[in-house]
Amino acid sequence: MRIPYRPLAISLVTLAFSALVFARAQAGDRHFFAPVADPVVKEECGSCHLAFAPSMLPARSWQRMMGELDNHFGDNASLDAATAEKITSYLVANAGDVGGQRYSSKLLKGVAAGAAPQRITELPKWVSEHRKVPDWEWRHKEVRTKANCVACHTAAEQGSYDE
Amino acid sequence: MKNMLVVTSGIVAMILSTATLAGPREDLLAQYAAAAKTTGFSAARGQTLHTQSFSGGKPDTPSCTTCHGKDTRGAGRALTGKTIEPVAVSVTPTRYTDPAKVEKWFKRNCTEVLGRECTVQEKGDWLTFVIGQ
Repeated sequence: MRIPYRPLAISLVTLAFSALVFARAQAGDRHFFAPVADPVVKEECGSCHLAFAPSMLPARSWQRMMGELDNHFGDNASLDAATAEKITSYLVANAGDVGGQRYSSKLLKGVAAGAAPQRITELPKWVSEHRKVPDWEWRHKEVRTKANCVACHTAAEQGSYDE
Repeated sequence: MKNMLVVTSGIVAMILSTATLAGPREDLLAQYAAAAKTTGFSAARGQTLHTQSFSGGKPDTPSCTTCHGKDTRGAGRALTGKTIEPVAVSVTPTRYTDPAKVEKWFKRNCTEVLGRECTVQEKGDWLTFVIGQ
């Protein structure tokens, strides 16, 4: 029996390639966090730092944070009551533990039920995902802080945390 | 009677268009001048304010240039790593056209750097400085 090596090899390569592409596409989905769409939220939460995706923290975290804006990680980021209320409802409505969020449940894995974590970079899943990043890279002058997602995830503002 | 109405509305329109021509930055400066009871703002004083170091604010932000950079026409960088658009109007022409936004940032940044809010004189000087940059 003659084995058709050539067509076989071609189909194998094609198959391997599509598997690779498919795997990458899936990984892409897993690392997608819908960016802030509301212009007010984007302006107020995105002037000093990246407007972090609301799905990265549970609703109770956002509620606590918005109630403590006068000491926002050491800065006074107070807003007028009306604006603060508008932002809070947006963040809560799109929070990571609100129904319909497919991927953020993974980021929130390991967060205690009643806990209201304030730093995304202290979530257990975040820590394990970044465990291989060496210390000098965090201190790099283009990075400076772990909150500077875009330094490495160049498409973070579009919601993609692939690379 | 009808003629007078036409003339009046013509005058009103002229005043309005002059106000629009002056622009929101000039309007804001005029407001600061009225509040400070002064006619003169100084770009030189604004520059000094921009570059000098203060000890009253937060230790990691001793001066405006800590985040905004020494070059007014170059981008700055917040301590979070995020880029800040140049403060110079010649490079970022959209800047300082929303008075509420200007006030918000004066309040926030003066408190961080100087440890107090800026006076209207200081605001006017600084705005004059960056408008000319």
